[in-house]
Amino acid sequence: MILVIDLCYRGNSLSHAEFVGPVERYLREAGAEPIVRHYTTVSAPDIEGADGAVLCGTALKDTGFLDHPDIFRWLSTFARPVLGISSGMLALAAAFGGGTVPCCEIGMVDIRVVAPDPLFAGMTGFPAYELHEHAVETPTGFIPLVVSDRCIQAIRHRSLPLYGLSFHPEVRNEWIIERFVPMVKRTH
Amino acid sequence: MRLGVLFSGGKDSLYACWKAMQHEEVACLITVVSKNPESYMFHTPNIHLAGLQAAAAGLPLVEVETAGEQETELLDLKRALSLARERFDIEGVVTGAILSVYQAARVQRICRELDLWCFNPLWHIDQEAYMEELIDAGFRVIVVGVFSSPFDASWLGREIDRRTLDDLRKVARKYRTTLTGEGGEFETFVIDAPFFSRRIAIEEASAVYQNYNGILRIERAGLVEK
Repeated sequence: MILVIDLCYRGNSLSHAEFVGPVERYLREAGAEPIVRHYTTVSAPDIEGADGAVLCGTALKDTGFLDHPDIFRWLSTFARPVLGISSGMLALAAAFGGGTVPCCEIGMVDIRVVAPDPLFAGMTGFPAYELHEHAVETPTGFIPLVVSDRCIQAIRHRSLPLYGLSFHPEVRNEWIIERFVPMVKRTH
Repeated sequence: MRLGVLFSGGKDSLYACWKAMQHEEVACLITVVSKNPESYMFHTPNIHLAGLQAAAAGLPLVEVETAGEQETELLDLKRALSLARERFDIEGVVTGAILSVYQAARVQRICRELDLWCFNPLWHIDQEAYMEELIDAGFRVIVVGVFSSPFDASWLGREIDRRTLDDLRKVARKYRTTLTGEGGEFETFVIDAPFFSRRIAIEEASAVYQNYNGILRIERAGLVEK
């Protein structure tokens, strides 16, 4: 089971269909069984029962999730595959003590793979859909995998399958979600 | 949150409006009327009836004209959103964007410049489920523009009911197009929606068509009881 976490301004918000719905659908199409929880209602059994987690993005002005860093502390000991998308990357990085820097990118941006990783195997670069005000500073224990001319686009933990993506893979790069799903299955 | 809905009169913007009403307060509709039929952002054949649709929905309409040139029309969009905020105190904007990164990114940038929230409730929606829900929820939608093969003159004025949806599925499979006309294959006009207090009755319309390219211009229409 993949725990899909909605980081939007409230549960079942108007943003849900935009930032959570497509990710949930592509996970299902890739053979996963997602369950969706709003970040304020994730329970201990939800976390224990999850084989992996995906943290979804939010609207540009939606930063309320950053006011509750304690809520995401479980990510630091989760040790199963995680895909943090845009705002989800900020939450993941914050759980490991990573900061943010202002970097606004909106629309398609060319990005480059700078370190080998199974998630981006065979790719040297590709255009990605961006919608963010901030980029992360790579937290201790993570390495940058993908960059744009302006900021870090993807990070991974050095020894665990914890990924953060600054861009939205559900827009034009669904193959990344398709590659993430078998990583989760392999941990059974 | 008080929101303004970017409004073309077609199915996507009205469905987005309906979704927005289920979560937030829709304060107004916002229309950019392009004088350029080739407009990148705002072309639609019956935009002159936006006021009638707004009256059917019981919502005020903010209307701004644009010459419709590629990037200057974005300044007109910005003007329209500023005006909507000034008049109706909106905090965010709703669009009916489904797949167009070109349109979505431009609206996102303008919203950021104006410090407005931006919502796209149809973004990467399951198009099959969307079209089903459109019909089930009571939207009445007609085809008012065709812009590519195999959409010939017989499609102009057709209502998107179950039979038409079946035909659209066949076209989408055969020609590898989207079910929703996202590639600009056809344009629609909404004559009734679940939140309309009255529906639109078309009294006179004229079709101009040649070689898989045509529009149905609604010359006269009024509001009638549902």
